Amino acid sequence: MKKRHVIGLGVIAIAIVIIMSSIGDASSYENFATALEMKQNGEDKAIHVVGKLKKDISGEVQGIEVREDKTSFTFLLVDTEGTEQKVFYNQPVPADFQRSEQVVVIGSYRDNEIFVADKILMKCPSKYQETTVTAGNL
Amino acid sequence: MINTFVGNFGHLSTLIAFVSAVVTAFAYSQYFKANELDKPSWRRFSRVSFYVHAVATLLIAGSLFEIIYHQRYEYFYAFSHSSKALPVHYMISSFWEGQEGAFILWAFWNVVLGLFLVHSNKFWEAPVMVVFALVQAFLISMILGVVVGDLKIGSSPFILLRDATQAPIFEVNPDFIPEDGTGLNPLLQNIWMVIHPPTLFLGYASTLVPFAFLIAGLVTKRYAEWIRPALPWAIFSAMILGMGIIMGAYWAYVTLNFGGYWNWDPVENAVYVPWLILVASIHTMITFKKSATALKTSIVLVILSFILVLYATFLVRSGVLGDASVHSFTDLGLSGQLLIYMFFFMAVAIFLAVRAWKHIPSSPKEASIYSREFWIFLGAITLSLMAFQVILPTSIPAWNALVESFGGISNMAPPADQVQFYTKFQLWFAIVIALLTAVGQFFWWQKMDKKALKDALLMPYLVAMVLAAAIIVMTKVYEWKYILIVLSGVFTIVANSVILVKLLKKSTFKLAGGSLAHIGLGMILIGIMFSSGYSEVISINMSGLTYSNSWEDEMNKEHVLLWINKPTQMKDYTVIYRGRQKKVEGVPEYVPADLLASTGKVNEAIALKDYKTYFKKGDLLKLVLEENDYFKIDYLKNETLQFSLSPMSQFNEGMGGLISSPDSKIYLNRDLYTYVAAMNDFSDPDWKEDEIYEVSPGEQFHVADFVTYFDGVEVLKELEGYTLKEGDIAVKAKIRILDYDVEKILEPTFIVSNNQVGKLPVEDADLGLKISFENILPEQNKFVFKVNQYQKDYVVMKAIVKPYINVLWIGTLLLLLGFSVAIYRRFDEFVKMRDKGVE
Repeated sequence: MKKRHVIGLGVIAIAIVIIMSSIGDASSYENFATALEMKQNGEDKAIHVVGKLKKDISGEVQGIEVREDKTSFTFLLVDTEGTEQKVFYNQPVPADFQRSEQVVVIGSYRDNEIFVADKILMKCPSKYQETTVTAGNL
Repeated sequence: MINTFVGNFGHLSTLIAFVSAVVTAFAYSQYFKANELDKPSWRRFSRVSFYVHAVATLLIAGSLFEIIYHQRYEYFYAFSHSSKALPVHYMISSFWEGQEGAFILWAFWNVVLGLFLVHSNKFWEAPVMVVFALVQAFLISMILGVVVGDLKIGSSPFILLRDATQAPIFEVNPDFIPEDGTGLNPLLQNIWMVIHPPTLFLGYASTLVPFAFLIAGLVTKRYAEWIRPALPWAIFSAMILGMGIIMGAYWAYVTLNFGGYWNWDPVENAVYVPWLILVASIHTMITFKKSATALKTSIVLVILSFILVLYATFLVRSGVLGDASVHSFTDLGLSGQLLIYMFFFMAVAIFLAVRAWKHIPSSPKEASIYSREFWIFLGAITLSLMAFQVILPTSIPAWNALVESFGGISNMAPPADQVQFYTKFQLWFAIVIALLTAVGQFFWWQKMDKKALKDALLMPYLVAMVLAAAIIVMTKVYEWKYILIVLSGVFTIVANSVILVKLLKKSTFKLAGGSLAHIGLGMILIGIMFSSGYSEVISINMSGLTYSNSWEDEMNKEHVLLWINKPTQMKDYTVIYRGRQKKVEGVPEYVPADLLASTGKVNEAIALKDYKTYFKKGDLLKLVLEENDYFKIDYLKNETLQFSLSPMSQFNEGMGGLISSPDSKIYLNRDLYTYVAAMNDFSDPDWKEDEIYEVSPGEQFHVADFVTYFDGVEVLKELEGYTLKEGDIAVKAKIRILDYDVEKILEPTFIVSNNQVGKLPVEDADLGLKISFENILPEQNKFVFKVNQYQKDYVVMKAIVKPYINVLWIGTLLLLLGFSVAIYRRFDEFVKMRDKGVE
């Protein structure tokens, strides 16, 4: 066997490992129902859930409970299916949290009651929408 | 009055730039094909056409900058990317904050590079400039803003606000011009953001040069000769792109709050991947110049690096990343155009390469294990695999979009813990690269066989082992993976230093580029290992207090809550939050915010007290960005102040909330990095119910938890802002409040005028108190005060120690220096050959 072939086979082998691990380690988008199901089946992998914060009629965010040392909090997230879930986040409340339109939580259920987010991604109202409002208010 | 002239002028320039780019492409192709007789006239025409294009492109940039610089908020671009409060150097950042400005910047660099190439090449001018002009046509089309039927081509930066938004005000008054813009994203208000994007885009633009030479070589059937002119540019491109990446990393480190310099965010990956491939292509091109192998690999890699830049642009700017990235851009509807741009050049390059494939010389002989070609080739493969490993998961959102466009459902998401996921692979690849660069350099400069290799490597190997062992013991690196990094990093540093010394002794500095860059690489590797692998969060509350006694307490709390003035123990330090500060023009240090009162004008304040020698009470002061707060954090050891840090936060209404930036204490061997994650919002205090206190002068009492002294009252003869008439009484009380080591004096005033009672209460934002002087009870010699509490000022802070981060920064500088030396050498080679008439 030539060296060229050995190297070629090596590259293919590594590439396959990379592809498999990318698929294996890839997370997935779920809703709270499927996420809970995963937890009950013993899958602890962190998943993504897209949702919106629970707000009242005046737009105030509902259900944020900040812990006494202000370094963690829980909030209520409503996923795309309409399921409401209490989520714990072990970080201070992010500054633009209350304003965010869409929230993606990455994490998993701790028990049947509470979802623990390792990471939160926030989609704030984009500047392009913002402009309309500001210009209109002037 | 709305100024429509600049916009129309800019738009006209865009049209001219687009048309002239197409004409230039056509003219150069004619020049290329023309017979010797017609060549001079076609050449003249092509050049004139390109100059027209160059001028038009400059005018586009000039018009857009005029709009921003003169604060013409009737234009959408100026309105949404700048504001009155913005200093001039940040207006430059406003220019490229929007996508349209970024495309203009890119086109601008292409023009600069194109002008240079027109004048530095003889033979290559025509075919290279055809490629250039076509790329320019695609780029300018992104900002064309022309609508043909339902088809919108490009998004113009020159549209008026009234055309861009449906704000009702424009129905009433079409000539309405907003007072102020919505401002520049505060994260971009940083000196690195003024120079980072132009560097990055120059890097992007310059990948076009080797690609254009390659295409020219394929078309003219000079399958090998294109390498010489292309090589210095490929190195230039890798250096500039590398510099852009490093600046971006440094910017992230000093302004962003994620606690590091690299986050494996898709936007970062999108630059890292083309850079890796570019570096791989440089190595195979150099090999080819030495030994006529690896030409085919070079061709593939050069095409790949150019296409990957376009793919990266597509990922970042098409909106396809959506939720996956912190800083993806809004979709301007350009995704289709970007895809056409990418697929066009991909198709052309693949077609030409396939057509030429069997004519491309390749060496029939297998490379020996003792040849440099073999080692370089392994290196190129490793770099390509590194790139592949990163681009694959980064493309998951694009994959989802693709599946969905065919009606399928794909719910794949990027890996949950990106840092851990990418590091898992990149760490091993990096170790392999370090070893290859150590061994490879020896093959490069000497003919090798088994024995020679042993002799050459033995000494550096032994030295490296001893040095690495010393580092490992002294810095206590006990993780085996990290030990491997130290070993391989030190090995490449030592081996390349040996080569460097030999080269400098024997010949000129010109040849030292490679070894310098590889020493830099070794240092970068070690620096990353220490600063990331051994970064330590020290902001862990040591008070031992648990708040909820549940599972939550078992989670690592990586932040501490600091009440103002209250010392908190944190690892080796005692930290105290001392309140907010502002930056004042002409004052070299931050100024406590409670010395300043706003005048209601932008960036202006009036001094309430004297401050050192800098200003006096009543002085009018100019603030540097009034919305910036700098939180003063004192670090103490053994009750003596070691240093203070002032992490920043900015409240920006237009941008949506708070944005904060860290501050670091920089030591030779580590950084102490501090940022504020949450803070008290005092804008709309929620006062608690009234508390009434009746006290006599000299009495001590408690307000909230504070020890408080009522020192007495003073009858005032005059009162600022009031005219006291005959018979009016104004009495000011002096209340001293102790908060740890700080003494605050609050002086509420009580006025009786025309049998009417007036009160001037005082508020203290630091203490979260409002005190009002309510009444005087003369017969009991008592005074009545009403106190409302809110809460004391606080910050929630995170502090991280990053060891040996300076090794990383020094390594990057060496890497860039190595690249520069190599560019000089290769360009010198090209010029010499050109002047001999070979090219």
